[in-house]
Parts: sequence; structure tokens; C-alpha cells
Amino acid sequence: MSLLEVSDLRVSFSTADGVVKAVRGVSFSVDTGKTLGIVGESGSGKTVLTQTLLGLAPGGQVSGRAMFGGKDLLTLRPEQLRQVRGAEIAVIFQDPLTSLHPLYKVGWQIREMIRSHDKSVSKQQATERAVELLGRVGIPQPRQRVDDYPHQFSGGMRQRAMIAMALALTPKLIIADEPTTALDATVQAQILDLLIRLQEESDTALIMITHDLGVVADIADDVMVMYAGRAAEKADKHDIFYRPHHPYTKGLLESIPNSSAAGERLKPITGQPPSLINLPSGCAFHPRCTYVMDRCLTEEPDLVAVGATGQHRSACWLPVGAAGIEQDAEEIRRRAVEQGRHDAAAKVAEAIAAAPESQGSVIA
Amino acid sequence: MSETLPRDTATTGPGETDDVLVRVSDLVKYFPVRGGGLISRTVAHVQAVDGVSLTIGRGQTIGLVGETGCGKSTLARCIAGLIPTTSGTVTFEGHNITNLPRRQMQPYRREIQMIFQDPYGSLNPRRRVGSIIGDPFAVHKTASGSKRKRAVQELMERVGLNPEHFNRYPAEFSGGQRQRIGVARALALRPKLIICDEPVSALDVSIQAQVLNLLADLQADYGLSYLFIAHDLEVVRHVSDSVVVMYLGRIAEAGPKDPVYDAPRHPYTNALLSAAPAADPEAAASRQRIILTGDVPSPINPPSGCRFHPRCPKAQELCSQQDPPLEVKAGDPSTHVTACHFPVQEGEVLARSGRTSGGQPR
Repeated sequence: MSLLEVSDLRVSFSTADGVVKAVRGVSFSVDTGKTLGIVGESGSGKTVLTQTLLGLAPGGQVSGRAMFGGKDLLTLRPEQLRQVRGAEIAVIFQDPLTSLHPLYKVGWQIREMIRSHDKSVSKQQATERAVELLGRVGIPQPRQRVDDYPHQFSGGMRQRAMIAMALALTPKLIIADEPTTALDATVQAQILDLLIRLQEESDTALIMITHDLGVVADIADDVMVMYAGRAAEKADKHDIFYRPHHPYTKGLLESIPNSSAAGERLKPITGQPPSLINLPSGCAFHPRCTYVMDRCLTEEPDLVAVGATGQHRSACWLPVGAAGIEQDAEEIRRRAVEQGRHDAAAKVAEAIAAAPESQGSVIA
Repeated sequence: MSETLPRDTATTGPGETDDVLVRVSDLVKYFPVRGGGLISRTVAHVQAVDGVSLTIGRGQTIGLVGETGCGKSTLARCIAGLIPTTSGTVTFEGHNITNLPRRQMQPYRREIQMIFQDPYGSLNPRRRVGSIIGDPFAVHKTASGSKRKRAVQELMERVGLNPEHFNRYPAEFSGGQRQRIGVARALALRPKLIICDEPVSALDVSIQAQVLNLLADLQADYGLSYLFIAHDLEVVRHVSDSVVVMYLGRIAEAGPKDPVYDAPRHPYTNALLSAAPAADPEAAASRQRIILTGDVPSPINPPSGCRFHPRCPKAQELCSQQDPPLEVKAGDPSTHVTACHFPVQEGEVLARSGRTSGGQPR
């Protein structure tokens, strides 16, 4: 039994323009001591997904199950969830300046976090614990800095303070939502290093939400790639990076500039991500997919095993063997497309080819 | 404060020195810090840019990298003439354009345009896209009426927007498309230099590649020069001919991109390159990361000697006393310059901490 098991989670929001289907049937699990990377572009549903688990995305219609320590997080009452949040599942957000209260000292905020979950801890003890935590996350002179206000910390130090706060109650699971996106490269390296070290020390499970494939390559064990509210592909990180099956995963990897192809033309994914109110029929990725086939227009593929182990799963109609970036995988894809593409899909393919990377429909 | 810099640091490659578009010499920009009290007087200076020289060749792309607060955006704004410089000169095609009065600067403003990072913040949300892109024509009185509309629509088509959408508002476009609007506006007067300040940082990866390809196409078609500022080193490597690495207002290392990326000499460049996440699990696991301690110091009171010395894994006593000149190090091409007393040698291992055990399964 995994630490967290989410099955068929669906979240939608009613708006004046229609129903936004933010998460459409996502299942995943995280084990103790492991890191799951959730990758996706803006609007792929990755943040709504985890905020729903913590009851931080109010107003949505939620269905599915999220089992954590024998409890279904989705059915907990707000006050029960408050006990889980912070104590058992901690969150680190992208922007540490807005998640720390500007008018309270950093130490006070960590102290309150500890005392709100355990009233028996004295102020003195909680302060001691805050000093110790700040030292553990690498804040120099923690005994003095505990009395600083957030604005007296640099961006990297604020993120460290957030991590200290997340660690305060030794949670079993940490959800980090783009924790390094606002930081410089050298500071990002420090923070990732810190997270990895802390995880090794305390065997915490980590969910790392990011749009940066480099961060995932560095820190994750397993990766889930999301597109338009669903998992496009799930696998351990080596399969994702070296044997991608879903054309979206492959497209993401190919659109990153890298040193081996410096100066060459980049291969972007054409078009724009779809509106979550008006999703394309069939596979949501088909209007941007260069391997589009007839059935992609009408039938939405399920996540199926595409590798030897069953761990590698992809939601795509391409045949199982079409995983990888080498020539033979490309050949399998080409043959599948030859057989599976007729008039309807050919029109989509033509539209993609005719609008090379530049013309995307306006989201209006 | 200003060491003797060799002329043409960061030249744009062999044979390009005759074809210099912009030459920046010993540029300094200090911002005053005023004290409190009734009579506020200047108590200190933020030394944002402190003695930077570089040249931008025609049709070339210079990549400018460095962390937050290293002065890269200030340098860009000084070159574009958006803020006055404290000292030093900027020449454009041989004309000194440093701190020119408004009227005299006007013709050069057509030649130097800027693209900003935030495609949401740099477009007025209450104006239609057609009039935003048409602004340069109005300001410089080069086209009006139906002629302007036609020019705007041509521009929109050129940057990959549907020309029929000129009546829409910025909010109706996605992030990538808004950045295209910014590109169209910058392109309107056919400038010779476009300064791109983090043009793709706010965009998703797949969209980022679209915009980078567009910038490359425009450069090929119009012979544009770019000063390309970004913190993503892979993006800079992809677009640039030469790279300038800045740290706390000074150039740490500069040169053609291949030597700088493949054999970086400055410990800071080494640290930056090792810190950049690569989308390749095996490379990430086998890499020796140089984890720098601490943060970038305050530019109000920069460290003595080499400004990098408090964070440098190689720092020795000399580094805190003497400012290292920006010079060619032994074995480097004459265009590759480094400001370091103890440049990194080939094969030298700098990793001070970090994950030493490499690719162990976690």
C-alpha cells in the first residue's frame, strides 16, 4: 500500500463561460521516500490536482478517491483536513514572499505552525525548534535570523524558511509546487540539493510539481506528464526521458534547447494548449499532434502499459512498441500513422503542417 | 573602480570587428541611495553596472547571463538609452549616443528596440492590438491611416499572428501570442538592434521554442542584431554567437559561446553551468554540481577585490585584495576573456559539495 493513492480524481469548476474540467480522471500513487514529478504546462491541471487533495481549491466539484494513511482526503471535514495539512502533508509554494506573512517574524510563523498542531509545546520549546529547523535548512546564524522579518531574507532564504516550516511537524509527504521557479540557477541548485538531502534523512515522500523538465530529471524517481487535465504518460524518469511514448512527452523533450543541437532549429509543438471548457473531441492533444490518426479524433485513449514492466503507461493510440526517440520507434509510428490516417485525420495533419509553429488559434 | 579593459572584449568573432553595430566602453551606472530624515541626501550608491565594455556586431546575437541583481537589465536599459549612464560611452554605428538629449536621441530610438519579459505587463490591456503595434509608426510619424493599418497587418502576419485579429485586446491572446505582439511592435520600424530582456522566461517550453524560432527567422531575414538577456543558459547557448557572463555589475567572463560553455575559466561561470538543470537524468546524476554558498552580495557595498571571492571555492587572499583584470588567459582564443586571478584549468574539479556519489539509485 502506497503512502498516497489517488484514483480517478476529477475536478471541475462552474464558471460563467461554462464548466472548466480542470482534472479529468487522474490516478497515481506515491511511496515513502520516493519523489513523484508532475510535469505539465500552464493549465494542465497539475496545481488544481494537488490543491484539491489538501482542500485548498474550494468551489470545485470533486469526485474520486485519495487514500492517505487509511483516510480518504476527499471526504474529510475541513477541520479534520486541517489536522492533516501541515502535520502529515506539508506544502511548499512557488512564491515564498507571498506565502510568508510580511508582518510577523519568520521564527514566530514557524512557532505558531508547531503550536497550532500541538498545544502542549511551550513557546520556548517551539522557538528552540524553529532555530534548529532554520539551521537544518542552511540559514546562517539561525539564532539571530529567527527574529528577522521575511523582507530581511533573500529569495533563496525565504524558500529555505518555507521548507523549514514544512519540515516543522515531520510530515510524511511534502508537496512542492514549483518551489524553485522564482529562484536563480545557483540558488535553485542549493534548494534542490537541500530537498534531496532532507528526504534522504527523514524518508519523506515528495511530490514535485514543475514545468521544468530539468528539475524533474534531477530530483524525481517517477514522472507523470499531464496534458489538459489528464495524465498523458506515467513512468520512471528514465523511461520518460529516453523512451517517451506519448507524442506530447516527445514534443516537450524535443522543444528544449540543448547543447547537442545548439544553433539548430528548435522543434516546438505547434498550436496552443486547449481551453478546458471546450476540449477537442477524442484525444485532447490531437489538434497539435503530428501523428494524428482517425481514431484520435473520436476516441479518447486510456492510460495503458507500453513498456516491459507495466510501470510505463501512456494514453495514446500509437502501438505499444512506439516508445523511444530512435529510428526504429519512429518507423513503427510512421507505419501506424499510414494505416490509421484517412480523410478526417489527414485534414488535421494538413492544418498542423500548414501552420508551422506560428499560427495558433486565438483563445477567444 | 574601472580596470583597464582590453578593447573589444566579447568581440563577435573573427573578422567581425570592422562591422561593429554597438560599442559599449567602460559603462558605469550607479543609482543613488537616499537617506531618511528631513533633508534626504545620498548616503550610498547601488553599483548596478560598474565598468562594462562590450561590442555587438551586425547580425550577431550577444547573450547576457547572470543572476538577479547582476546588472544585466540595467546595462540593457543604458544601451537602449532608457536611463542615463553615470559614465562611460555607448556608440551606435560610430556615433556617440551616450546621454543624448531627447530630440537628438529620437533617430536612434528607431534603431534600438526592446522586447520585455512579461508579455502581460508590457501591453496596455485597454488598447487594441492593432493600435499597440501601430504605436511606433505614430510616434515616429512614418505611416498613418490605411497605410499604417496595412503595415500593422503585415507585421502581424510576419510574427505568426492572424492579421484579422488586429481589433482584439491583449487579454484575448495567449502568453506566447502576446509575446509575438511585443515582437511585432519592436519590429515595426525595422530596427538594427533588438534588446530582448528575458523574452521567453514567462512562456511554457513548447511555446518558448516557437518564439525562439521566430526570433531566429527574423534575424535571418532582416539581419537583426540581438542583445539577448536570459537566465536560462541552454536558451542563451542556443541563440547566441557570443556570451557575456555578469556578476555584481562586472563582466566575469566573455567570449564566443563554445569556448565559454565548453571550457569556462571563471569559477562563477563553472558554477552557473553546473547548476543549470539538464533535461537528462543520466547527465544530472553524473554531474559534479558546484553548490555556491550564500547569496549574491549587495551591490551597495560590494566585496573588495574580486567581487565573487566570498562565494568562490577557489578564493585565496589575493582575491580579496586585488581586483582581477578582464584578460585573455593562457590557451584561450584571443576573444575569450576572464576576470579571475586563478582561472579554472582543464579537467580541474571544482565541486566543493553536492551529491558526490553520482548516479546512485535513490
